[in-house]
Amino acid sequence: MRKWNIVAIAAVLGIAAVTFHAYAADKLKAGWIYVGPVGDLGWSYQHDLGRKAVEKALGDKVETTFLENVPEGADAERAIEQLARTGHKIIFTTSFGFMDATLKVANKYPNVFFEHATGFKRAKNMATYAARFYEGRYIQGQIAAKTSKSGVLGYIVSFPIPEVISNINSTMLGAQSVNPNMKVKIIWVNSWFDPGKEADAAKALIDQGADVLTQHTDSPAASQIAEQRGIHSFGQSSDMIKFAPHAQLTADTDYWGGYYTKRVQDVLDGKWKSEDTWGGLDAGMVVMAPYTNMPDDVKKMAIDTEAKIKSGALHPFKCPITDQDGKTVECKGGDHLDPGQILSMNWYVKGIDDKVPGK
Amino acid sequence: MPLVLERRPERSAVIAVASPLIAVALTVATFAVIFVIMGKNPFEALYVYFIEPLTDPFSLQEIAVKATPLVMIAVGLALCYIANIWNIGAEGQFLAGAVCGSWLAVYTNGTDVGPWVLPVMLLLGSLGGALYALIPAICRVAFGASEILTSLMLVYVADLGMDYLVRGPWRDPQGLNFPTTAAFDPAASIPTLFEGAGRLHAGSIVTAVVVMLVTVLLGRTLMGFEIRLVGAAPRAARFSGFSTDRLVLFTFAVSGALAGLAGIIEVAGPIGHLDPGVSSGYGFTAIIVAFLGRLNPVGILLAGLFLALTFIGGEGAQISMKVPLDLTKVFQGILLFYVLACDSLIVYRIRYLRTVRKPAHAAA
Amino acid sequence: MLLLEAILLSVISASTPLLLAASGELVVERSGVLNLGVEGMMIVGAACGFAAAYMSGSTLVGACCGILAGAAMGGIFGILTLGLAVNQVATGLALTILGVGLSGLIGAGFVGAKIVPAPHLYLPVLTDIPFVGRILFGEDAFVYFSVALIIAIWMFLYRTRTGLVLRAVGDNHASAHALGYPVLRIRMLAVLFGGACAGLGGAFLPLAYTPFFIPGMTAGRGWIALALVVFASWRPGRLVAGAYLFGAVSILQLHTQALGFGIPSQLMSSLPYLATVIVLVLISRTRGTAGSAAPASLGVVFVPDR
Repeated sequence: MRKWNIVAIAAVLGIAAVTFHAYAADKLKAGWIYVGPVGDLGWSYQHDLGRKAVEKALGDKVETTFLENVPEGADAERAIEQLARTGHKIIFTTSFGFMDATLKVANKYPNVFFEHATGFKRAKNMATYAARFYEGRYIQGQIAAKTSKSGVLGYIVSFPIPEVISNINSTMLGAQSVNPNMKVKIIWVNSWFDPGKEADAAKALIDQGADVLTQHTDSPAASQIAEQRGIHSFGQSSDMIKFAPHAQLTADTDYWGGYYTKRVQDVLDGKWKSEDTWGGLDAGMVVMAPYTNMPDDVKKMAIDTEAKIKSGALHPFKCPITDQDGKTVECKGGDHLDPGQILSMNWYVKGIDDKVPGK
Repeated sequence: MPLVLERRPERSAVIAVASPLIAVALTVATFAVIFVIMGKNPFEALYVYFIEPLTDPFSLQEIAVKATPLVMIAVGLALCYIANIWNIGAEGQFLAGAVCGSWLAVYTNGTDVGPWVLPVMLLLGSLGGALYALIPAICRVAFGASEILTSLMLVYVADLGMDYLVRGPWRDPQGLNFPTTAAFDPAASIPTLFEGAGRLHAGSIVTAVVVMLVTVLLGRTLMGFEIRLVGAAPRAARFSGFSTDRLVLFTFAVSGALAGLAGIIEVAGPIGHLDPGVSSGYGFTAIIVAFLGRLNPVGILLAGLFLALTFIGGEGAQISMKVPLDLTKVFQGILLFYVLACDSLIVYRIRYLRTVRKPAHAAA
Repeated sequence: MLLLEAILLSVISASTPLLLAASGELVVERSGVLNLGVEGMMIVGAACGFAAAYMSGSTLVGACCGILAGAAMGGIFGILTLGLAVNQVATGLALTILGVGLSGLIGAGFVGAKIVPAPHLYLPVLTDIPFVGRILFGEDAFVYFSVALIIAIWMFLYRTRTGLVLRAVGDNHASAHALGYPVLRIRMLAVLFGGACAGLGGAFLPLAYTPFFIPGMTAGRGWIALALVVFASWRPGRLVAGAYLFGAVSILQLHTQALGFGIPSQLMSSLPYLATVIVLVLISRTRGTAGSAAPASLGVVFVPDR
C-alpha cells in the first residue's frame, strides 16, 4: 500500500503543479459550452466564431476552452462545473436549456462569472444575453414580399418557443408592410438540426407553392434545396451563401465576437457586472449578410429599413398589432411591444393561418 | 482457414477472471496508438481519461451520479438478456417513467404537500416504465412480434410524447413559454447526500440496494433460476414447465420498472425538472454496461462505474487536451468489442490446425 | 409541376437510403445473422464517402469509398460474431456506437465543405414527359442502382443455386453444415455485402440528398432499415413496398403540416415508428402462434463442430 500512497501523492503533486502553473501563467481562462457540434454551420458554429474572435482580439491575455455537444440534461451542470473548477473565470453557456444548470453552478462559485444565452434567470455573477434576431427577420420579410412571385413564404422551424414565434411574426409583419396579402406556410421539424428533414421540409414547402424559403433551424440544407430548385432563400445564423450562391438573398447572422470580446475585456479590467444584454442590428450582434441576388430597388429598400431599425426610427413590433383572432394586442412599450411581450410571445399575427402548436 | 474456433470441454476459469482486465488492457493499448496517430501524448491522454477523474471528490461524486441511472437500467436489462429476451427499448421506458413520476410533481407544484410526494413519484415512475415495457412484451407474447424492433420503435414514440407534454400542457406557466416544467419543489426532489458539497444523491443508494436485491433474485429465488435456465437451456426449461411467455412479461416488466425508476430519479434528482433533453441516451448506454458487466449485477455495478469514468474523463480530455467528444464513443465501442471477444474465449478456444480437412460436399 | 409528382419525387429520394441499407440487411438476415449495426455502417459510409468525393471531386469515387467503408465495418462485425462466436445483438450495438464515433472523427475535417451533388439523369425526350418523365427518367444513379439491386437480390435468392444455399444456411445451419456447405464463409460474405449496401445507403445522404456532411446525418435511418426488413417478412418484393411506404409517411407528415392541418407535429413525426409497430404485430399475427417468418437460425450462434 505504501507504494500506492507514493504514487497517489505524486499524482496529486503533479496536478497541483499543473494547476498552479495555470494560475501563475496570468492568462485569463474563458470557457464556452455548446449544445451542438461546432461543425453545425449554424448556431454553435457562430458562437465558436465569436470565441475565436476573442482569441484574435485579446491574444496572449486569454486562453479559451470549449466543450461541444453538451446535452442539456444532468451532464450540463457537470460540464459547466468542470470549467469553473479548472480555473476559468468567465463561462458562456450558449443554449436556453443550460439555464438552471448555469444558475446552480453560479451559486456555488461566486468568484466565477457566468453568461447565459437566451435565458431569463440572473444572479450577481450570472448575466444573460441574446440577440434581437427579429430585427433581421423584419427586413427579410420585406425582401421576401418583394421577390416572391407566388406570395407564399416557406418557413422551416424547429420548436414553438417564443423566440421562434416572435421571429415568424416579425417576418410576416415585414412582409405585410410591402404586400398585405403575403402568406406563409410553416413546417415544424422538431429539431434544431436535422439536415435530411430540413431538406424534405424545404421540398414540401416548395411543392406547395412557396418560392422563398427561410428557416429557424441550423443546417444549410434548405438553402441548398432552394439553390437546386432555382428559388430564393435566407440563410440562418451563418452566412450560407457558399451553399446557395444564386439563391441566398441575405442571412440573419449572429455575431457574438464583439459582445464576447467586450465581456472578457470587462473581466480583465475588473469591470464585469451582471446585466441583461439584448442587442440587435445597432449593437452589431445581428449582422445581415450582404444583400445578393435581388434587384437594386429591393436592395435599397433593405438597406433603408436596416438603417431605420438601427436608429430606432422603425420598430418591427410597432403598434397597433392585430393577432390572428382579430384582437388588437395590448401595447405595453409605448408605441411598440415591450421586451417582456416579445420574449413570451405565443400568438401569431393576423395573416398567418396556422395555429401555434401546443396551445 | 487453418484457424478454427472450437468449444472448450469446460469454461476456462482463468480467462473468466482475466477477461475484463485483458479487454481493458487491449483497449488502453489501442487508444495509446490512436492518440499517437492524433499527435497527442498518449500518457497524458490516458492519465486524463482514467486517472484524473479519480483524484478528487468532485469527480468521484460525478462518476457516481453518472453511473447511477446506467447501473439501475443495466441491472434490469441483464434479467432480460440472461433469458435471451431482448429489451432494446430501455430508453423509452426511462422516459415513460420520468413522465409518469413527473406528472405528480407538476400537479402538486407550488402547493404545500407532505413528504409523501417523492415516494409516490418514484412508485409512479416505476409503474410507468413497467407498463410501457409491457407493450412490446405483450406484442411478443400475444402476436409473436419481435421485441427487439417493437421496443426500439417505442423509444421514438416515448421521446416525441414527452416532447409534446413538455412543450404543451406541462409547460411552466412562469417559464415564458419555454419548453420546460417548473422546477420541482424540494418535497418532490431527491436529496443530495452531502449538502452543498457535491451532487451525490440518494438515488445512488437506491441503485446499490437494487443491485443487491437483483443479485438475490437471480441467485436464490425460483424466478431467478427460471431466468437462468431459460437462457442456458430453453428446451429443458420448457420440459420443466417454465413458461417463456410468463418470463417475457416478467422480465420486461421488471426491467421497465427499473428503467422508469432510473428516469424519475434522474429527473427529480440532478436535473430538477422535466424538459426535452433529460436523457442523453442512457437507455442505450446501459445496454453496453449490461454486457460489459457480463449480465451480472455486481459486474454491472463495476462496469457502470468504469464507463462513467470514461465519460467524465472524456469531458476532461475535451477541456485540457482539446480531444473531441467522438473519441469517447469510439473508445466505448472498441472496449465493448474487446470485452465481447475476450468473453468468447472463455467458452471457445482458437486452434491452429496443421492439416485442414476438406469437408466432403457436393459441388457448391 | 403537379404537387403529386413533386411529392412522389421527394418520396423516392427519401426512400432510397432506406432501400439500399435494408436490401443488404435482408441478405444478411436471410443467411441467419442479425446485424444491428446498420446505423453505424451507414454513417461511416456517409463520412468516408463524402471525404472521398470531396478530395477526388467525383461522386463515383465517393460512392465506392462509402461501399468499402461499410464493408470494412461489416467485416469487423463478421470477425467477432462469426470468427469468435460473440453474441450478435451486443456486437451490433457496439458497432453502431463505434460507427457514430468514428464518423464524427473522420468527418470532422470536412464539415462545411461543399461538393457537387450526384448528377440526375436526363434523356432528351423521355425525361420531359409530363408527370412520369422525371420520376422514371430523371433520377440520380443511386435511385436506379437501388432498384436494380433489390431486383438482383430477388433473383439471387430465388433463382440461383447459391441463393438457395444461403437461404438454407439461414433456415437451418446445422443441416447445411452437415451437407458440407461452408456456413461461416457464406455468412461472412453476406455480412460484407450487407455492410457494403449500408455504406452505400449512408453515402447517398451526403453525395446526393443534402450535399454536405454533418455529424449524425443519418438520424436513425439505420434503425428504420432494420425495422423494414422485418416489416417485409424478409421478402424482397415487400421490402420495396415497405421502403417507399416509410419514405412516404415521413414526407407526407411534412406536407400535412404545410397544409395547416393543425395536428401536433410530434404525433406526425411518430407515425413511421407507430406504423412499424402496428405492422409488425399484424404480420406476426397472420403467421399464427409460431411467430414471424424469420429465418429459423436468425441470430443463433453457430460454431461448426469438427
